[in-house]
Amino acid sequence: MQYSSQAVAKPYFIAAIGLFTGQVLFGLIMGLQYVIGDFLFPAIPFNVARMVHTNLLIVWLLFGFMGAAYYMIPEETETELYSPKLALLMFWVFLVAGAATILGYLLVPYATLAKFTGNDILETMGREFLEQPLLTKIGIVVVALVFLFNLTMTLLKGRKTSISLVLMIGLWGLAVFFLFSFYNPHNLVLDKYFWWWVVHLWVEGVWELILGSLLAFVLIKVTGVDREVIEKWLYVIITMTLVTGIIGTGHHYFWIGTPEYWQWWGSVFSALEPIPFFAMTVFAFNMVNRRRREHPNKAATLWALGTGVMSFLGAGVWGFLHTLAPVNYYTHGTQITAAHGHMAFYGAYAMVVLCIISYAMPILRGRAANSEKSQVLEMWSFWLMTIAMVFITLFLTAAGILQVWLQRYSSTPIPFMAAQDQVAIFYWLREGAGVMFLIGLLIYIASFFVSGETKAKAA
Amino acid sequence: MSGTFTKSMARNIFYGGTVFFALLFLALTFDSMQAIPKRDNHANLTPSVIAGKKVWEVNNCIGCHTLMGEGAYFAPELGNVYKRRGPEFIKAWIQSQPTGTPGRRQMPNFHLTEQQLNDLVEFLKYSSEINTANWPPNIEG
Ligand code: HEM
Ligand code: HEM
Ligand SMILES: [Fe+2]
Repeated sequence: MQYSSQAVAKPYFIAAIGLFTGQVLFGLIMGLQYVIGDFLFPAIPFNVARMVHTNLLIVWLLFGFMGAAYYMIPEETETELYSPKLALLMFWVFLVAGAATILGYLLVPYATLAKFTGNDILETMGREFLEQPLLTKIGIVVVALVFLFNLTMTLLKGRKTSISLVLMIGLWGLAVFFLFSFYNPHNLVLDKYFWWWVVHLWVEGVWELILGSLLAFVLIKVTGVDREVIEKWLYVIITMTLVTGIIGTGHHYFWIGTPEYWQWWGSVFSALEPIPFFAMTVFAFNMVNRRRREHPNKAATLWALGTGVMSFLGAGVWGFLHTLAPVNYYTHGTQITAAHGHMAFYGAYAMVVLCIISYAMPILRGRAANSEKSQVLEMWSFWLMTIAMVFITLFLTAAGILQVWLQRYSSTPIPFMAAQDQVAIFYWLREGAGVMFLIGLLIYIASFFVSGETKAKAA
Repeated sequence: MSGTFTKSMARNIFYGGTVFFALLFLALTFDSMQAIPKRDNHANLTPSVIAGKKVWEVNNCIGCHTLMGEGAYFAPELGNVYKRRGPEFIKAWIQSQPTGTPGRRQMPNFHLTEQQLNDLVEFLKYSSEINTANWPPNIEG
C-alpha cells in the first residue's frame, strides 16, 4: 500500500462481501418460492424477499465502488485522501442505514414502513429497485455527496489521470441520476419514463464508466502496459458506451405509452450497445497478452478477463437477444428479462467489484498477492460462481422461451399461472445452479482465511 | 490504435460525442413530453386513480407482478387485468388472499378498506386504457 489512507477501502470491501452473501441467500429463498409457492409464507412473502435481494445487490455494489474509489484515487492522484476520517464515518452511516432498511423490509409490513418513514410527505416508494423509504433515499444522497466531496478534494490537490477522471465522472453521474428516484409523478407514463433515468442510465450509462476505469486500473497494475495505451482504450470504450447507451434508453420506451418512434430509436441505438462490451473483452485480453511483467496475483488477472467475457455475454449478447422491438414485443417482462438481468449484473458489476477486491485486498493486508493455496481456492470460486451463473441464465432463458410460446405466441395462449406450472422443471434446475453459486461464494470467502506461504511484501 | 490516434483525440471525441448524444436525447425527451398526452389517458387521472396508485405503491404490488411488462415475474401482468377480469373479480380476489392452497404461490392479504379497493381498481382501469402500442400480445398478458 503506497498511501496509508487507502486502508479505508478495507471495511467497504468486507461489507460488500457480507451483503453479497445475504443477497444470494434471499435469491435462493425466492428461487424455492418459484416452485414451492408457500415456502416461508407468510413470514417472508416473495415481494419482501425480492426487495431484500435486489436492494442488497445495489448496496453491496455501491460499497464495492466506494471501496474501489477510496483505494484507487490516492494511488492515481499520488496524494493521501482528503479525509480518511470522513470516509470511515460514512462507512458506518451507510452500513447502519442499509441494515436498518433491510430489517424494516423484513420486520414491518411495507405499508406501515411507508407510513412511518415519510412516504406521505413525498411519495417515492413502491417502485422496482427504488423501494427504499424516503429517509433511506435521503441517507444515500448524503453519503454519496460526502463521498464525492472527499474524493473530489483529493483529486483537486493531486495528479489528474484519465482513469481517475473517468471514475469521478461515473460516480458523480451515479449520484445525479439517483435524484430522479425522488420524482414520482401521478401520471404512470411519466413515472415510468423517468424511472428508467435511474435504472437504465445507471447500468448502461454512468456505471459503465466506473466499470471501465476499475478494469483499466487493475490492468495497468497486473500487466504493466503503458498507461497511455490503456487510457486511450478507456476513452474509446466509454465513448461508444454513451454514444449508444444514452439514446439506447429507448429500448424501454416501446410499450409504456410513449411515442412509437422510440421503437426505431431504441432498437437501433441499443443494438449497438454490445460494441463497447465487446471492446472491453478485446481490451482485457489484449493487455494481458502484451503484459510486461508477471504479476504474482493470478486471481486478479482471471477476474479481469472474466469481467470482460461475462459482461459481453450478459449485457451484450443476452441484451441484444431481446432488444429489438419486434422481439421485445413478445419477451418484455418475462423470464428472458430475468435471465439477462442476472448475467449482466453478475458479469459486469459483481465481477468487476470482485476483481478490484481480488487485486487490492492482499495489498491492504500487507502482501503483493495471496499465497498459492489461497489463490487456487479463489480461482475455484471464480469458476464455480461463473459457471453457475451461466447455467442460471440458460435455465431462465429456456423457461422464458417456453413462457413466451405458451402464454403469448401460440394460437391458443394459456394463462400466466398455467404457463408457470408447465416450465417448473427449469425453475428447479435454476435453484440447483443457485446452490452451486452459493458453494462458490462460500469457497470465495474461505479463500480469505487460508494462509500458506505468501509472496513478497507489497511495494 | 495506431500511433497517430492519440489519447487526447480519444478524450475529445468522448466529450464531444457524449454532449451531442445527450442533447439529442433531451430533444427526443422534449418531443415525447409533447406527444405523450395523446396516449397516456391523463383525462382519467382522477383523485381516485391517484389514490389507487398510492395503494399500489405502498403495498409493493410491483414486487410480484408486472405492470405494462415492468416489475417482477412471479405473478401475472396487471396492466391489462381490468380487461381480463373486470372490477368485481379483482376486488373479490384481493380480499380472498391468501388462498392457502398447499404448494401454490401465495399472495398476502393487505387488509385494504373498501375505499382502497375501489381506488386500486380505478388505477388498474386507468392503466389498462393507456395506449401501449398494442402490448401485450393477447389478453393473458
Ligand atoms: C451491464 C449492463 C446491463 C445490466 C446490468 C442490465 C440489467 C438489466 C435489468 C436488471 C433489466 C430488467 C429491468 C426491470 O426489472 O424491468 C434489464 C432490462 C433490459 N435490458 Fe439490460 N442490462 C445491461 C445492459 C443491456 C444491454 C447492453 C442491452 C442491449 C443490448 C440490454 C437490453 C435490455 C432490454 C431490452 C431490457 C428490457 C427487457 C424487457 O422488456 O423486459 N441491457 N437489463
Ligand atoms: C444464486 C442464486 C440466485 C437466485 C436463485 C436468484 C433468484 C432470483 C429471483 C427468483 C428473482 C426474482 C425474479 C422475479 O421477479 O420473478 C431475482 C431477481 C434478480 N436477481 Fe437474482 N438470484 C440469484 C443470484 C443473483 C446474483 C448473483 C445477482 C447479481 C449479481 C442477481 C441479480 C438479480 C437481479 C438484478 C434481479 C432483478 C431482475 C429483473 O428485474 O429482471 N441475482 N433473482
Ligand atoms: Fe436498458
